Amino acid sequence: MSKKLIELKNISKSFGSNLVIDELDLYIRENEFVTLLGPSGCGKTTLLRIIGGFEKPDIGQVFFDGCDITKLPPNQRQVNTVFQKYALFTHMTVAENIAFGLRIKKKDDDYIKEKIRYALDLVNLPGFENRMPDSLSGGQQQRIAIARAIVNEPKVLLLDEPLGALDLKLRQEMQYELIRLKNELGITFIYVTHDQEEALTMSDTIVVMNQGYIQQIGTPEDIYNEPENAFVADFIGESNIIDGIMVRDRLVRIGGKDFECVDEGFEENENVDVVIRPEDVELGSVEGGYITGEVVSIIFKGVHYEIQVKSDIGITFMVQTTQNFPVGSHVGINVIPDNFQIMHKPQSEDEEIMNKDEAVKDEHES
Amino acid sequence: MIEKTLGKIYIGLILVFMYTPILVLIALSFNDSRSRVVWGGFTLKWYRTLFDNSSIMSAFGTTAALAFVSAAVASLIGLFAAIGIYSMKKRSVKVMLFFTNIPLLNADIVTGIALMLWFVRFFPLGFVSVLTAHITFNIPYVILCILPKLETMDIRQFEAARDLGASTAYAFTKVILPDLLPGILAGFFMAVTMSMDDFVITYFTKGPGVNTLSTLIYGEIRKGIKPEMYALSSVLFLLVLIILIIANKTDTVKEN
Repeated sequence: MSKKLIELKNISKSFGSNLVIDELDLYIRENEFVTLLGPSGCGKTTLLRIIGGFEKPDIGQVFFDGCDITKLPPNQRQVNTVFQKYALFTHMTVAENIAFGLRIKKKDDDYIKEKIRYALDLVNLPGFENRMPDSLSGGQQQRIAIARAIVNEPKVLLLDEPLGALDLKLRQEMQYELIRLKNELGITFIYVTHDQEEALTMSDTIVVMNQGYIQQIGTPEDIYNEPENAFVADFIGESNIIDGIMVRDRLVRIGGKDFECVDEGFEENENVDVVIRPEDVELGSVEGGYITGEVVSIIFKGVHYEIQVKSDIGITFMVQTTQNFPVGSHVGINVIPDNFQIMHKPQSEDEEIMNKDEAVKDEHES
Repeated sequence: MIEKTLGKIYIGLILVFMYTPILVLIALSFNDSRSRVVWGGFTLKWYRTLFDNSSIMSAFGTTAALAFVSAAVASLIGLFAAIGIYSMKKRSVKVMLFFTNIPLLNADIVTGIALMLWFVRFFPLGFVSVLTAHITFNIPYVILCILPKLETMDIRQFEAARDLGASTAYAFTKVILPDLLPGILAGFFMAVTMSMDDFVITYFTKGPGVNTLSTLIYGEIRKGIKPEMYALSSVLFLLVLIILIIANKTDTVKEN
């Protein structure tokens, strides 16, 4: 494994009374494509700005290649940023924009010219040297912003929701482009997004964040297939999250019915969250089903149908399937043991408090 | 159709009321007769006597120096004030703008007398006191011209420059300043015209012997109206008009 390039140790940051990042530890390896993923307000952009040097953590340290850079201003860091809304210099041409960092480093004109051409080729916009930024489309501006950052040969490129302002088609194209760039340049990418699909497509490692805490770190496959808690499961793709009881190893009880699963290591009769991805719920004839249910609604989504099935154990499943089942029809439901993902109930303080609040409310209501 | 013609007539009337007096003044400045009602033929002699008159020429010099120096100083102060106000919290911005706008809305005569009372305590009235007064009432105009430019600017440009290795000063001069330049120029020219226009505040804060064009005209007219004053007023009007046009041009050209 490659060495750790960036290390964040015990970082906390608050704005006023609002705690945005709470005692966070994270390291990022060389040549990794790391995505910080989470809903808005989860602290991901603040974390990126701390790495870039635009915010100082209240406590904690930032290490770059083993050196403490916590107090270093942004212009002395070996990282470059691609900003959310590009932040191109509006009164300069594309070439002047790209040359900005090189001129500060006092590179000679031939070198700069060559670099500009190289960078524009790299982002597929050759010949755009003399255009003004506001004459470019959003996607083109985005590419120029990337070109402007990479000509400085940073060791790390920080990207703050760079594709957020683009339409779907362009966003997908740019995703491939970014992966290609990362492979060609061999530099570390730290990418911030709230778009889980984007994160799954591009990343080597995904860091899922919520309320200033890291919820899970792992490869896209890990995060999708083995979410560690209900938040991650819910945030990454759609899923059925159901209350269950772990009767014993490899057996989970849902709605009074026992299902075989593959998870082990839980306490006997522990209350757990069970995650089943909608594409893992199989519908068929009533006779072939382990449990049965009735189709409540069906929506055509293009690639698949999205179906709500109310099962006889009292739980409504969301199902994605390419088959069409009319509303009101009775179906059999099967889920193979591999596709149950069992998780401990949340332990983070916030969530526990939330649960307690709800419990108190329930008592009052009853 | 009728509404359109009525609208045109209305605008026409407004323009007539606004500009006829000035046009009459300009016409009289070319009148060979001293009478205000008889046209005695075209002449430039009032302009000739105007430029031969040393007190008028010195007042012209004072006016120009006052206008440009006060506008320059006010632009500098106003620029930093605008940046300061821009980075304040919303509530503070409102309070701050309220206070900076007071000199704008306050009756000139009140500002004039107040400044005079204040100045005589510290130094003799003269060019410096007028200059200080002009800088004071020019600052809000500059702020009002620069602030909207700041608000439409993408402040991330500054961060982007820092990110690319620029020091704070370099990022400010290379990235922020060029973006604000149209606003600064507009504010500067606005301040120049305001300074040239001003009579009341100048009148109260100037010492003996210091005269701007407007105070000179006022003094001369009290002695009796001479046609070279028509010529002088016409020149003043033309100067202000030209500067105003330049100010508008710089603003719109940069925006396109």
